[in-house]
Amino acid sequence: MSFGIGVSGAGMGPRGAMESFAEGNGQRGQVYNPRVVRRMLVYLRPYTKMMALAFVAMLADSALTLLAPYLLKVTVDTYIAQGDQAGLVHISLWTAGTFSGIYLANRTQQYLLSLVGQRMLANIRRDLFYHLQELSLRYHDTHIVGVTVSRVMNDVATINDLLSQGIITLLGDVFVLAGIIVVMLTMNLQLALLTFTVLPLMLLVTLWFSRRARVAFRETRTSVAKVVGGLAEDIAGVRVIQAFGQEDTSQENFSAVNAVNRQANISAMSLSFIFLPAIEFLGILATAIVLWFGGRAVGTGTVTLGVLVAFLAYVTRFFNPVQELSRMFTTLQTAMAGGEQVVKLLDTVPDVLDQPEAIELTDVVGGVKFEHVSFRYRPELPEVLHDVCLEIQPGQTVALVGPTGAGKTSLGNLIARFYDVTAGAVLIDGIDVRTVKQRQLHRQIGLVPQDAFLFSGTIADNIRFGCPAATAEAVERAAKLANAHEFITAKPEGYETRIQEGASNLSVGQRQLVCIARAILTDPRILILDEATSNVDSLTESLIQDALRKLLQARTAVVIAHRLSTIRNADLICVVQDGQIVEQGKHQALLARAGVYAALYQRQFAE
Amino acid sequence: MGVYITLVLIDLITIINPQLIRWTIDQGIGTGDDSLLTLAVGGLLALILIKGVLTYYQGLWTEVASQSVAYDLRNALQRKITELSFSFHDQAEAGDLLSRAIQDVERVRFLTGRAIFRIIESVFLMIITAGVMIWMNPQLGLLAVLSMPLLIMRSIHFGRIFRPLSLQIQKQLAVLTTRVEQNLRGVRVVKTFAQEEAEIERFARENRKWYELSALSAKMQSNHMPLLNLIANLSSVVILLYGGTLVINQALTLGELVAFTTYVAQIVTPVRYLGMVLPAITIAGASAERVFEILDTAPLVTDEPDAPDLVVERGEVVFENVAFAYGRQAGVLKDISFVAKPRQVIALLGATGSGKTSVVNLIPRFYDPTAGRITIDGRDIHTVSLNSLRSQIGMVLQETTLFAASIRENLAFGRPQATQLEIETAAKDAQAHEFIMQLPDGYDTEVGERGRTLSGGQKQRLAIARALLTDPRILILDDATSSVDSETEHLIQVALERVMQGRTTFVIAHRLSTVHSADLILVLDKGRIAARGRHAELLQSSTLYAGIYHQQLKLGSARLETAKSGVTL
Repeated sequence: MSFGIGVSGAGMGPRGAMESFAEGNGQRGQVYNPRVVRRMLVYLRPYTKMMALAFVAMLADSALTLLAPYLLKVTVDTYIAQGDQAGLVHISLWTAGTFSGIYLANRTQQYLLSLVGQRMLANIRRDLFYHLQELSLRYHDTHIVGVTVSRVMNDVATINDLLSQGIITLLGDVFVLAGIIVVMLTMNLQLALLTFTVLPLMLLVTLWFSRRARVAFRETRTSVAKVVGGLAEDIAGVRVIQAFGQEDTSQENFSAVNAVNRQANISAMSLSFIFLPAIEFLGILATAIVLWFGGRAVGTGTVTLGVLVAFLAYVTRFFNPVQELSRMFTTLQTAMAGGEQVVKLLDTVPDVLDQPEAIELTDVVGGVKFEHVSFRYRPELPEVLHDVCLEIQPGQTVALVGPTGAGKTSLGNLIARFYDVTAGAVLIDGIDVRTVKQRQLHRQIGLVPQDAFLFSGTIADNIRFGCPAATAEAVERAAKLANAHEFITAKPEGYETRIQEGASNLSVGQRQLVCIARAILTDPRILILDEATSNVDSLTESLIQDALRKLLQARTAVVIAHRLSTIRNADLICVVQDGQIVEQGKHQALLARAGVYAALYQRQFAE
Repeated sequence: MGVYITLVLIDLITIINPQLIRWTIDQGIGTGDDSLLTLAVGGLLALILIKGVLTYYQGLWTEVASQSVAYDLRNALQRKITELSFSFHDQAEAGDLLSRAIQDVERVRFLTGRAIFRIIESVFLMIITAGVMIWMNPQLGLLAVLSMPLLIMRSIHFGRIFRPLSLQIQKQLAVLTTRVEQNLRGVRVVKTFAQEEAEIERFARENRKWYELSALSAKMQSNHMPLLNLIANLSSVVILLYGGTLVINQALTLGELVAFTTYVAQIVTPVRYLGMVLPAITIAGASAERVFEILDTAPLVTDEPDAPDLVVERGEVVFENVAFAYGRQAGVLKDISFVAKPRQVIALLGATGSGKTSVVNLIPRFYDPTAGRITIDGRDIHTVSLNSLRSQIGMVLQETTLFAASIRENLAFGRPQATQLEIETAAKDAQAHEFIMQLPDGYDTEVGERGRTLSGGQKQRLAIARALLTDPRILILDDATSSVDSETEHLIQVALERVMQGRTTFVIAHRLSTVHSADLILVLDKGRIAARGRHAELLQSSTLYAGIYHQQLKLGSARLETAKSGVTL
């Protein structure tokens, strides 16, 4: 129930009208985490002026909102009760003016707040994206893409509710509450104190609610995360599900997590359905106290009717912010959880960093040297490379062979400095890779990745990925060299063919050809080929082989391969086993040694 | 039904309350009669208590109803998604499907839940309040009601102009999401090509676009609510001015005036609510469309009514003049005919895009042929139930998909009731038992998201064991041993040979060893069978085959005869 004239705006747009939908992992469910708030406040700093203006507008809004019931009291007591028609018109104009003021203040406040909020979101996203580019592969190895995406998109969105809307609304509510208390105490001390007896009760109810809600709403977040996860897996594995005819089982599993989520939501919302009416009841209880004691006081003449009416209006206003605060409770909780994740991501220190005095690396000849290199991916994992020494002359093609997990890929990763060595050093043209600028180092290196990864966009976009400025002619030339031109032009849209999700409209071999074209276009001095020739039929393989031959010319190349046939022509073959180079030499020499390589080779070609 | 009753009761209580206060002011105060005052105050408290209880039940019931709607919709979507044929999944994006099942369903739920009741409640409350005010004092009542059409029109207008913008913002958010996702998936490529700055620039561009749209929306939204409040407040000033004059002229009691101002304030709440909820409804409507778009998609491959189960006894597979095309694209397969006799190994050979995968995808009916027919033991596979057909076919696909569950659960995926002994036997046959036992929890080891914790070769052997466990009569293999070392490759080879025994097997061949031992080799070229026969014959008769073969042979000129086992690394 609301009594009296004047409605103050609680800023809830259409988005606010949607019940907040939390997504993400289970958090501790704090409503206030000073560390998160401090970190996020940094993002408000550039907008101090706008926030100050919003604050002033909020103060004006609160003050005018407090004034309205007083004007009502004056209207009733002074003009209506005394029959002053002219005065009534006069005060009505004042009241209308007050309301117009409220409108302006409220509108300004909301506009500034949401503007700052959106700008802040854009800035946090920009910083997160920037930070993600800085983070080394060690981070990306250990984090699931979908989760990180949700940090940048969903968690950031929740912060807005906390910072721009949350802080000012909270401050505003506190001001209004304090103002009302002061005004009520001034108007009538006794009646005010009587009314405030409801406050301890309200505090108890709120504490009860917050304790329960923390757990309940956390439960909704974890359960919805499971729903998302379950469905994501069903989508990824849909072909297997169908091939094995397991549609029923997967449905059973899904509806189990789905049901848990439903129950969690119902339980959490039931708490609100108890809490909100309870607060409303306490509000009416306060109204009743005012009416009963105030009414009797009017009867005895100690209180005027106007004071009573104004009191009723103030009491309503008093409970509005409390209800508002409780509504914000879950929003704040979600925002804190989201903020925590964002701060955690922002605070992740990239473990491969440019040294402050990092030097420029230009005009690389292409000599690569491993000096007593040892390496482990993470401190808790076993060492993958032990004391590896290897020297590659400029222009040489070096093949790395050996069983899975022997450390071949790690060697390639260390040349590009995707990770830092644990001991020893990797040198390019005699310069330690840790002393040069990473991006310049990377510009000298080309990669044909194992998974033949392509981005969404057109084929042309993908080929020119490394040189966005490349002309259509240059792209075509690269594609021709990579033996990709033919299949590309056979497509109805040629180079403008869009890559579908998972590049499903290209075969694996075609994807590899595009990847080779992409590498050719950047003209790198050092090339890393990661098992680029598996998974294709012999025809495509010969196209790839041919393209690679052109690509390898006059470059230093490290080929990580399992097909021995592809690397027989290498200048140097290194057999990697258990993190060490156990044999090296040319194909014939190694065969003659009748060691590990010879055994590997024989096995492969016996089949 | 109970919900409607609570709805009416809650509205009635909301209407009665101001009357109680009016009555208190007019009758209870100033007369010195405390009993009337007590009665009024007691009544007020009692009513609000009842309202509280009603609100609780109404909330609970509607929440249960709306959560059940979301639950049902998500179940239906999940079912649909797992049922839709491969041609659907070739086109669909996982992120898009997920956002429909999560966010869009949530928006629809909002519409079907309390929102709908609160809308009815709000409209009901507005009408009754208007009626009561006109009944109390026609002139003043009409004056008060005047603001209502203004408020409603304003809200509707806002919804209309706001909706396209909010849809645009949603779209731009999706663009941003895709950018981040793509960047993360291709992180190695981004880094080696040193394209971080270009990526940041690209992201910043889309981010700025999003910000500009959001700023526009902020501007529109920040005016909306304050304006509605202003209209309502000014209308209450008019009431106070005119009503005050009536009181002065003793045409109205003070209590009535207070009740009037309360009613005017009360009208604003539902209007405000409608103002908020109407744009949300339009958004929910768009969401519902997106949800039903999926639910209404008919799977291209379906059971015929009353399709009988297929019982495979011999395992003879016959293609009769089969043609196939994906959607509107040019034909992928043309006039494919062959007979795979029981227990034969059929090797499919050909360039990328020649149609090998398409041939094997037709056997379990992942797609239906556009012409011709396929029979198993003489029965058209189109006429039998999908489930029985697929349960007879084992598949080891090129990209191994494992689920986030234990290894045991993954192996038993096709036959959840398999015993530990059966699982272990299958794992041993697939050369997987040994490495499984070396894992910390053996068969209970949890496989991370998409099997991240396992190597490619390990995943492939698990996939073989998984297929073995269903003991299929017909087996489809892609023998690409991607990204494994020769030791593992050897293990896989041994496993595959064991698996093929006693089954009709189709192999997409990548290796000559497979070709050598095949009973029938089909050489595909641009969707047609260009040559067929055994290795020795083909070598003589087909230049295409000889070409493919010699290419490999040239590379392996130093081919040595050795034992397949006994080499330790």
